[in-house]
Amino acid sequence: MSRISQAIRGALLMDFWSAFGLGMRYFFTKKATLNYPFEKGPLSPRFRGQHALRRYANGEERCIACKLCEAICPAQAITIEAEPREDGSRRTTRYDIDMTKCIYCGFCQEACPVDAVVEGPNFEFAAETREELYYDKAKLLENGDRWEREIAKNLELDAPYR
Amino acid sequence: MLASLAFWAFSGVAIVSALMVVIARNPVRSVLFLILAFFSAAGLFVLLGAEFLAMLLIVVYVGAVAVLFLFVVMMLDVDFTELKQGFLEYAPLGAIVALILAIELAMIGLTWRASEQAEALRAAVMPDGVSNVEALGMILYDDYIYFFQASGLVLLVAMIGAIVLTLRHKPHVKRQSVSAQVGRRREDAVELVDVKPGQGIGE
Amino acid sequence: MSDFVAQFGVWGGFGMAVLQILGFVIVLLISLAFLLLMDRKVWAAVQMRKGPNVVGAFGLLQSFADFFKFVFKEIVVPAGADRSMYLLAPLITLILAFVTWAVVPVAPGWVISDINVGILYLFAMSSLGVYGIIIGGWASNSKYPFLGALRSAAQMVSYEVSIGFIIVTVLLFAGSMSLTHIIEAQAGGFWNWNFLAGRALIEDGWPMFIVMLPMAIIFFISALAETNRPPFDLPEAESELVAGYQVEYSSTPYLLFMVGEYLNIVLMCAMTTILFFGGWNPPFELDTSSWPYLVSSLWYFFWFAIKVVFFFFMFAMVKALVPRYRYDQLMRLGWKIFLPASLVAVAVVGAYIVYGAQG
Repeated sequence: MSRISQAIRGALLMDFWSAFGLGMRYFFTKKATLNYPFEKGPLSPRFRGQHALRRYANGEERCIACKLCEAICPAQAITIEAEPREDGSRRTTRYDIDMTKCIYCGFCQEACPVDAVVEGPNFEFAAETREELYYDKAKLLENGDRWEREIAKNLELDAPYR
Repeated sequence: MLASLAFWAFSGVAIVSALMVVIARNPVRSVLFLILAFFSAAGLFVLLGAEFLAMLLIVVYVGAVAVLFLFVVMMLDVDFTELKQGFLEYAPLGAIVALILAIELAMIGLTWRASEQAEALRAAVMPDGVSNVEALGMILYDDYIYFFQASGLVLLVAMIGAIVLTLRHKPHVKRQSVSAQVGRRREDAVELVDVKPGQGIGE
Repeated sequence: MSDFVAQFGVWGGFGMAVLQILGFVIVLLISLAFLLLMDRKVWAAVQMRKGPNVVGAFGLLQSFADFFKFVFKEIVVPAGADRSMYLLAPLITLILAFVTWAVVPVAPGWVISDINVGILYLFAMSSLGVYGIIIGGWASNSKYPFLGALRSAAQMVSYEVSIGFIIVTVLLFAGSMSLTHIIEAQAGGFWNWNFLAGRALIEDGWPMFIVMLPMAIIFFISALAETNRPPFDLPEAESELVAGYQVEYSSTPYLLFMVGEYLNIVLMCAMTTILFFGGWNPPFELDTSSWPYLVSSLWYFFWFAIKVVFFFFMFAMVKALVPRYRYDQLMRLGWKIFLPASLVAVAVVGAYIVYGAQG
């Protein structure tokens, strides 16, 4: 009996018509699309995006070339060379991050004792060539200057949970 | 003017592609040239005013038979170097056969005499006031209905014969029953069981 | 056409025909661009997405952007491929898709060539569409396209059989193979359209809609299978079947395949309209004899276009709603359900013509 009713349902395309009704209902519901380049979704303060090297408020760079980030980096994307500066403080002469190797695990910012290297909220840094993704110290410092406000805010928001 | 241009185009393509069927190296290309030849023949039919025949030629031969041809030729792995090994050996024999055929054709052609009414018959191939579809239908289904049905039966027998020859029943093959699969409902497949802790479901 | 020959001589008529063809092709291509967008928009709407909306207002120019993207890509010919055949296959698909439109009447008298076996011509040309697929799959010199080509070709040939029989039922009703006659036979209101076959009920008391309504639906489903559209889109089943005949294609040749495929889809919508839904006839007959020629033609063209767009919408909805068929289910549906059903329908309609119809 059920086989016969199944056959009748199939012949009358009942399944299709009910699906059609459902489809038409969704046709006129509000769209769930986020209109991406013009609208953006919310980001967590812990979001790990593009790297940046931060400065103190007086403009002095934070990084003290302890190389903890280089040591912990699982993808070995970070390369650091260091020398004493003229005033005797220990600073990096070279701080490179190969963004094509980076896996965005965030270990570098966890390892950093002075909050110098951080992963900021920026995720729109696609480039047309690989070379543009080999970041050097100047580029990272520039990122830090550009995103300092957002980064500081995020660190502050996340601080209670650390 | 246009019609004669079209005639020369169609017949030229038909002849060249028929030639290419024989001399093309790749069998798949041969079949494709055969299809082109069919197609130009259909064009010639259209020029003759037999558009129904032309469309049938395309539907039946080009659309169905040649597709099967193409399937077979593509699936077969024909090794042409092997096929052509005995070519020189048999060439003289082939030439003799071809020569005899040519002579016979020439004899037929030279002795051919058209009948007296042929010219008049050609001018009126179908009765007046009837399209050629209807004219064909009248010939096939009124005048020659028994022959038509008989030839249909012969084809049916041939088809059944081919199926019987190739049909094998393999005993240990698992087959899918689509209606059983489609007819499956949630009630047949899912059972909700209230499982007591520590007891499991139990068979 | 013959009027033009009389007026302008042979070459004038020839030039007129060329102009008509050009006009048809241009209108067809432009409307195709927007139908493609509509396809994507409908699909998106059912899935609660917005669909393409960046290029032009509401994304109206998306298809043109896609066109340029396709054209500027690199043409990759696989190693060991039969180069000429490989490039010929998409051309065959496209040209056949265009050639078929030569006999489609879109309004009274608006047709390039009104031949008296128009429906057979349509059927013949759409059956030739198999060749683009087979040649494309074979010339790619790769297993997966070849298997895909065999699969699609077998699918198309199978469903052509039932389409042929369904066409025969309509032919029997109209008593003619000319598309214009078929449409004119359905004039006088929507109950006279072939899917309801009201004339048979009113004049002869034969409720032929019991047969013709299922035939219209079966024709529509067969059209889905014939054009490799979902739910029969095995060539698109990339993850489970490594797609179909067009795997090795890229850039412009792929574009040609796709344009050909969509032209065939629109053609199938037009055929459904002409065969079962009255072609250019409006649902309620108005007397347009006093209207200017252009206005009345556009009025009829409007109805033709709106029906075609409606069926295209149904094509898109089916694509959005129905899951893909397995290959053996597809073959079973074609050979074991549609073919017997359409054969029975031919017999019933034949019986009606012989015993029921008056005059």
